[in-house]
Amino acid sequence: MPHRTFFWFILPSALAMLLFIALPIVSVVIQSLYVDHDQVLVVSENCGPFGCTQSTSVDAAATAKLSEAAPLGRFNGLGTYLNRAHLATAEIAQAWRTSGGMAGFLSQVMSLPFYKALSFTVAYTAIVTPLVILFGLAVALGVNGLPRMLKGPTIFVSLLPMIVTPLIGSLILYWMIDADGILGKALQWIFADPALSLKASPTLTWLTLFIYGIWHSTPFAFVVFYAGLQTVPEDTLEAAMIDGASRWERIRYVVVPYMSPLLVFVALIQLMDNFRVFEPIVGFSAQANATSLSYAIYSDLRGDNAQYASAATTSVLTVLGVAILLTPVLIRTWRDFNRKRA
Amino acid sequence: MTLFRTAALGSALAILAGTTAMAGCGIGAGNVSIIANDFPAIHTIAEAAEACAGDGLTVTANMTKDHQTLNLPGLTSNPAQYSVAVIANSSIVPLMSDGLIRPLDDLIAQYAPNLPDQNKVTVDGKVMAIAFQANAQHLFYRSDMLEQAGVAPPTTYEEVLAAAEAIKSKGLMEYPLALNSGAGWNLGEEFINMYMGEGGALFEAGTANASIENPKAVAALEMLKNLTAYSNPDYLTFDSNATQALWESGNIALATLWGSRGGAILDAEGSTEDVVKSTVLAAAPTVGGGSIPASTLWWDGFTIATNISDEDAAASFQAMMAGMSDEVIKAHETDALWLSPAYTPTPASVGVIETVKAGAMPYPMLPYVGLLHTALGDNLAPFFQGSQTAEQALAAVTAAYTTAATEKGFLK
Repeated sequence: MPHRTFFWFILPSALAMLLFIALPIVSVVIQSLYVDHDQVLVVSENCGPFGCTQSTSVDAAATAKLSEAAPLGRFNGLGTYLNRAHLATAEIAQAWRTSGGMAGFLSQVMSLPFYKALSFTVAYTAIVTPLVILFGLAVALGVNGLPRMLKGPTIFVSLLPMIVTPLIGSLILYWMIDADGILGKALQWIFADPALSLKASPTLTWLTLFIYGIWHSTPFAFVVFYAGLQTVPEDTLEAAMIDGASRWERIRYVVVPYMSPLLVFVALIQLMDNFRVFEPIVGFSAQANATSLSYAIYSDLRGDNAQYASAATTSVLTVLGVAILLTPVLIRTWRDFNRKRA
Repeated sequence: MTLFRTAALGSALAILAGTTAMAGCGIGAGNVSIIANDFPAIHTIAEAAEACAGDGLTVTANMTKDHQTLNLPGLTSNPAQYSVAVIANSSIVPLMSDGLIRPLDDLIAQYAPNLPDQNKVTVDGKVMAIAFQANAQHLFYRSDMLEQAGVAPPTTYEEVLAAAEAIKSKGLMEYPLALNSGAGWNLGEEFINMYMGEGGALFEAGTANASIENPKAVAALEMLKNLTAYSNPDYLTFDSNATQALWESGNIALATLWGSRGGAILDAEGSTEDVVKSTVLAAAPTVGGGSIPASTLWWDGFTIATNISDEDAAASFQAMMAGMSDEVIKAHETDALWLSPAYTPTPASVGVIETVKAGAMPYPMLPYVGLLHTALGDNLAPFFQGSQTAEQALAAVTAAYTTAATEKGFLK
C-alpha cells in the first residue's frame, strides 16, 4: 500500500486513539505528579442532635482560593510514586535493614499495599493465562470431534460462562461458596471440616479467584481456537495419519503449529485482561485477602475522600506493568514481521 | 436490581402522573432532585417529597448505596445535578469542605420557623443540614436462646462473650454471634465503636495526627477478635445485609447491628415467628469497664446544594420538609428513630434510644476522619487472619492514614 493511501486510511483511527487513549494517559501522568493543597483548617463549635462540641472543619472559602490559584494542586514530583501506598522505597529500605532474613523481609514487603496488589495480580495473570489457553484448546478439540447433532448445544453451553456478566457470575458463585451455600456446605462435608471456609483464608480465596478466572475466560479461548480448527487443512492431517501419527502427535505437530498465531493472539488478550483483574474481587468481596492493581485504583477513587494523585500513580504503574508484560510477545511479533519482509 | 427498582419507580411515577394531578404541597414551581443512600427511612422521606410533584414542580430521587461517590461530582457542577443531598455525619464533611452545600438559616426562618433545635446541624453558627433520624449500632439478642443457655441479657461485651460461650457449649448453636465485621468500611466502624467504648481518641487533640497506637486500641482489637471467634468463618465478608439475613435465618442469637435494621427484623417478613418473637433490642454493651456504650451515634439529614437557583433551593427545602412532616412520620413510625416531636418510639427504636441515653459518643464530624476510617478498614484484616499482631496492624493503619492525609493536604 502506498504510504499516502496508508496515511489517509489510518488517520481516523489514529486520531481517535490520540484523543481517547494518548491524551487521557498524558493527563493521568500529569495528575500523578500533583497532590492536594494544604487544607486550611478552622476550629468552631458544631452542634447536632447529640449536643455541641468544639470541632475542626475545613475553611471552604480559603481552600477554594488556593485551588483557584493553582487548580492542579501542589507539585509533588515523584513523591506519590515513592510513598508507602506505591513503590514504598523508604519502607523497603527500612525492612531490608531491620528484618533478619529473606522471609522476614518478604513478609514485610508483602504487607505494603502496592506489593500486595502486585503479587496477586501477577500470580493471577501467570496462572490463569496458560490454563485458559490449555483448557480452551482442549474444549475446542473436544467439541470439534463431536457428532454434528451435538455440536450446536455443546457450543452454546460452553459459551455460557462468558455470556454471564462477570460481576453477576462472581456474585452467584460467591453465594454458592458461602459457609451456608450449596458448594460451601458440600466442601465442608467432603473434607469433614465444619470450619472450612473458602472466604476466610487468603490461600483458598486466591484459589477460588483463579478457578473463577479460568471458568470465565476459557470460552473466549475456546471460540477463537474452535474457529481456527475449522481452517486446519484436512490433507495435511490425512497425510500425518497415513504416516502413522497418533491423535496426540497430530495435535502436537500439525494443529498447534498451524494455530500458533491464534495462540499468540489469545495469550496477548488474556495477559492484558488478567493483568487488570477486578470484577471477581468485588463480586467475591475478596479485598481482605486479595487486591489487584485495578482494585487499588478503584478503592482510591471511591467514596467521598477520592485520592486522585494516588489513583493516577497506580494507573501509570499499571500501564508500565502491562508494557513490560507484553514486551516479549511484541518483540517476537516484530521479529516475525521483519523476517517475512526480508 | 437497581435497574429493576428504577424501572419500577419509573412506572409508578408514570401511573401517578397519568391518574392524578398532585397538589404540589403548595410549593410552587421548581426542580427538586435528591441524591441519597438506600435504606427504608430515606425511602419514606423521598417518597413523601416525590408526592409533592405537580404544578410545575418536579421531584426526582436517586437512592443508591454509592451516593457518597456520586454526590460530590453531582454537587460540584454548576448548576448542580442534585439540589438535595441526603447525608450522615460522616458524609456531610467533604461537601462542606468544598463549599458545595448552603447555609439553611434563611430558608428555616422563612419556611420552618418552628423547627426544633435537635434537627439543626450547626457548624460555626450556621445551620448546614437538617437531621431527620438518629441511628447507632447496638445489641440484638434472642431471649429464648439466652434462657436456654441460662445466662442473663448481657450489658457488657465481656458478658456477650460469656453468653456466646454458654450458647455454644450447650450445643444450641455452632456460631451464635455476628457483627458487621466485613473487611472495609464495616470493620473500620466496628473498631471505632469498640475503641470509643474503651475511651480512646482517634486523633491527638487539635491535630490531624492519628493516635491509635496505644493499649486501648489493642484491647479494642482483641475484643473484636474474641467476638468474631464465635462468628461463622466467613465473618470478614459480613455487611448489614448479610448479618440481617443471618439474624432472620435464626442461626445466631447475639449480634451488634444497625438500629435502622430493627424495623425490618421485627416485621413479619423474611423470618420465622419464633425468631421475631424472641428478638430483643438493647443498648450497645460497654467494654473494658468503660461507662459509655461501645458504639457511635449517627444522624441522617438533608443538605441543599450551593450551585442551584434560590428558587430551586426554596422548593427543595420545602419538599424535604414536607417529606418529614408530622403526618409522614406518624404513618411510618417503625421505619426509624425519627427526630421529630410527632414521633412516639416503637420497639424497633428501643436499642438506639437506650444507646443514646447511656451516653454513647457521636461519630466525629472531622474532615480527616474518613481517611482514617478507610485506612482502618483496609489494614485490620491481617490481624484477624492471624498474620499480624494487633500492634503491627495498628502501625500499618497509622502509616496508611499518614500517607493518605499527607496527599490530601491535612498533614505536612
